[in-house]
Amino acid sequence: MDDLIIEFLTETNESLMELDTDLIKLEQNPNDKDLISKIFRLMHTIKGTCGFLGLPRLETVAHRAENVMGRFRDGDLEVTAEYVSLILESLDRVRYLLGHIEEHGTEPEGNDTDLTTRLDAVYEGRDAFQTGQTTPGPVELPEEDPVEVAAHDPLADIFDTIEIPVATPAAIEPSHQPVAAAAPPQTKEATESAVANQSLRVNMDVLENLMTMVSELVLTRNQLLQISRTEKENSFITPLQRLNHVVSDLQEGVMKTRMQPIGNAWAKLPRIIRDLSIELGKKIDLIMIGQDTELDRQVLDMIKDPLTHMVRNSGDHGIEVPTERIKAGKPETGKIHLRAYHEGGHIIIEIADDGKGLPTEKIRQKLISNGLVSEEESKKLTPQQVHQYIFHAGLSTAEKVTSVSGRGVGMDVVRTNIEKIGGSIEMKSVEGKGSTFFIKIPLTLAIVSSLIVESAGERFAIPQLAVRELVLVSQKSENRIEMIKNTPVFRLREKLLPLVSLEDLLKIGQHSGENFEDRFEHKYIIVTQVGNYSFGLIVDQVFDTEEIVVKPVAKILKNIELFSGNTILGDGSVIMILDPGGIAKVTGESNLSDASQDSQEAAEKLISDKKTSLLVFTAGPGSPKAVPLSLISRLENIDMNSVEETDGQMLVQYRGALMPIIPFSDQMDLSKDKMKPLLVFADRGKSVGLIVDEIVDIREEIIDIQLEGKRKGVFGSAIISGKASEIVDVMHFLNSVHGDWFKDHGDDPFLASDKAKKEGKSGTKRILLVDDSPFFRNMLCPLLTAAGYEVIAVEGPSKALELTERDENFDLIISDIEMPDMNGYDFATRVRASEKWQNTPMVALTSHATPEDIDHGYESGFDEYIAKFDRDTLLSTISKTLSRGADA
Amino acid sequence: MSQNVQEQHHMSKNPQHVVTGKTKDFLTIVIEGQLFGIPILQVQDVLGELKVTKIPLAPPQVSGSLNLRGRIVTAIDVRKCLGLPPMERGEDEKLMSVVVNHDDELYSLIIDNVGDVLTLHEKDFESNPATLDIIWKSVSLGVYRLQGKILVVLDVPKLLLALHPAH
Repeated sequence: MDDLIIEFLTETNESLMELDTDLIKLEQNPNDKDLISKIFRLMHTIKGTCGFLGLPRLETVAHRAENVMGRFRDGDLEVTAEYVSLILESLDRVRYLLGHIEEHGTEPEGNDTDLTTRLDAVYEGRDAFQTGQTTPGPVELPEEDPVEVAAHDPLADIFDTIEIPVATPAAIEPSHQPVAAAAPPQTKEATESAVANQSLRVNMDVLENLMTMVSELVLTRNQLLQISRTEKENSFITPLQRLNHVVSDLQEGVMKTRMQPIGNAWAKLPRIIRDLSIELGKKIDLIMIGQDTELDRQVLDMIKDPLTHMVRNSGDHGIEVPTERIKAGKPETGKIHLRAYHEGGHIIIEIADDGKGLPTEKIRQKLISNGLVSEEESKKLTPQQVHQYIFHAGLSTAEKVTSVSGRGVGMDVVRTNIEKIGGSIEMKSVEGKGSTFFIKIPLTLAIVSSLIVESAGERFAIPQLAVRELVLVSQKSENRIEMIKNTPVFRLREKLLPLVSLEDLLKIGQHSGENFEDRFEHKYIIVTQVGNYSFGLIVDQVFDTEEIVVKPVAKILKNIELFSGNTILGDGSVIMILDPGGIAKVTGESNLSDASQDSQEAAEKLISDKKTSLLVFTAGPGSPKAVPLSLISRLENIDMNSVEETDGQMLVQYRGALMPIIPFSDQMDLSKDKMKPLLVFADRGKSVGLIVDEIVDIREEIIDIQLEGKRKGVFGSAIISGKASEIVDVMHFLNSVHGDWFKDHGDDPFLASDKAKKEGKSGTKRILLVDDSPFFRNMLCPLLTAAGYEVIAVEGPSKALELTERDENFDLIISDIEMPDMNGYDFATRVRASEKWQNTPMVALTSHATPEDIDHGYESGFDEYIAKFDRDTLLSTISKTLSRGADA
Repeated sequence: MSQNVQEQHHMSKNPQHVVTGKTKDFLTIVIEGQLFGIPILQVQDVLGELKVTKIPLAPPQVSGSLNLRGRIVTAIDVRKCLGLPPMERGEDEKLMSVVVNHDDELYSLIIDNVGDVLTLHEKDFESNPATLDIIWKSVSLGVYRLQGKILVVLDVPKLLLALHPAH
């Protein structure tokens, strides 16, 4: 059954049940205005909803009953006992119809003229009662007694406790006796809703209370676990573990009760868009995807208004009027896409419109006229930076202030609201094509995973969502803190990271006269990210992470911006929770720095297009080794004592499963009683660990393989931070353990390719790979081959175009963007212009993908644009693109 | 550590008065030798010393927060609120505090010592002496004349409100 109908049934049944208790009062006091109004409202609601749901029979009954109730309500007709019966009969009929809809999903056959004629008669004032007649003239025993039918309804068989009720006296015998009073309980039983039985409305307070209690339970459990950890031999351990599991399940269960589909927050939007399009003379389609995505009620409440505002904005500012749209060569009807989905502990909400996009120049002018930037400054701003200003207070771009939006408050409030709940908002906009907003919000606010740190002897919690990485600094090594006029900074991978000392920030600890070299000896930097702004927090000590229950701080402490709450740790002590957003604000992050950092990053990205983050390590004799960081899922330290060996394969128990591990080299010292770093490569539940000797560094380098590798497992040698280093072929190690690493994913791309294989050589898809970097060619060729494709790799577009001359044909072309002799965009344009390959699908593969790049890519003729190293997306995109090509 | 105030209340004797007419019950506390009274219904708990976590950047009167059976309680140094110097404490002397509920939040008022619960008669009540220290006056509801002693009635909500950011 349709969700809408179920909801309608639940609600109407609830209202009816509520009425039941009041109906008795109606007998005693037939002219009870409140009650009459209540019934009137119910009928009115049913009528309205039925029209919408397409339930004509119910609609008619409700409509006629509403008419009569209207007269009663207005007082121009006195409610007599006869009318009470009529009202009850109408209610019963509604109930019967509802029951049938619930049972069969449709209205029963037949009609209700028996009832409606009488209702009409009363409404039009030509019924018997009104003239004082007591003999029931028009009130005949209906041929189809609603209650009787309801009783014989299959529903009754389900509730076998139900006895076939005596037919409603009101229906059978329209007498003066107020017999109807007895009727409601019976009919109530007969039509007791199965739908209503499945769900239960619980007061929010009850749930909140439950949540608080579970939170306390979680804390107590943590405390108990902490105690049991210190005492090894303890008879409590087993029951404690049991308790631990039960509490975890309970926590999850209670959290679930708070989860609501995001669709609840969207329910009003179609109506808003409809009204908006009428008011503004636009044609707008609102497409909502992912309504079922669930998130915490508390979060839902917080984003409801910002979302409504943004959708409204898209309709008002984004979508153009039809004439304008036609002029721009777009379909008359504009589209607003609203999409919600989960992504790693977050919910992402996208609001995309295909309207006119943000008018960069107009905003620029506005910025100048509002005095936000000088004319000089404004010229230096990139379109993206200009767009960032819409999150600033006091800027509205709508030319006319409509009743809808454009009052100059808006996006800044939206941003503040979203950041308040630990979320972030990003936007991309192309003038003439539309704008897309991305909102990222946490699933829940109640329980967060936090990192516990110490500064000047005090412990604090930092929400882990904001923590990017941890760096241990020592003033005697390369990893040192430097000072610019009392401001500490740190070089993090060739970039200066502004630092904030937590001690100074919180004004705890004393440091008079101490030089900074001593002060910052052996400290930790917590690299924290708020929106686009990154900064480092200097702390003395980092402990582990803990799941904490956020409790609001006392009211007298509300004005301290640096704390988002407090909590009780497992050991029973109270700890303050730092608010990264608050710290960023206090330490001078502003919208502008945000934007400039963005563009700086973008600029850097352009330069470092070919740069790859590499993890440099040593293993066995010889030069340092490097492996692309993005291929590694985790770094661990393992105790060699815990390594077991079966069937010649080294194994270690890891996260409750056995993980095969391989030493990088045979010549490594693998003696027991040692801790060794382990690079974990994981993929869909499968992991492989690579034992190395020491992790040296993470570098961003251009990989330029100068010497081809002779050994298996090494691509070749390249210069990394001035040293010759071996670039590791991860695939070699993965395949040596899981020979089927790529093959048995059971995922669509592989199914498709398997099928291709079975169909014989001719069915194999041919892929042309164009990339100037031998590393990527080496990396992708085995990958694609393993996935069942035939791959031809060439080092540049000119080589690729040469292949056209030789009558080579491919099913798909994958191309890099930044290449020396011709870039990918030009290559795509050339391919599209060529005769032979103009219909070959093209996929762009790049390490930098700003919205502009992507748009440029699509304009040049690429069908897809994906990031390097994103193996899954690559494979699924290839398969998708190929199948699309086959369909066409 | 915590004593049940209600129980103590039942055991307490009232030597000063024959209980007639309107009476009120107060938990007596001592700060800098001065007797104070807190209306008994406002009192939730009496605590001995508990581990207090400091709250950086908080007003000076806030000593920190502590965990009272799973609830976070904000500790207030009443001496600081009254403009008194910190107490000189002997080695074995422990901090005492009275937990009060204000606006659905718990506060623990750190004081020098806790005394008996007294039932005081309305006829012994007087409003604040006009010349009373201005800070004290602001947190006192009035005084009771006891035998040989004066009891100042502490206006807890006012004491706490003074700490709110708006003030």
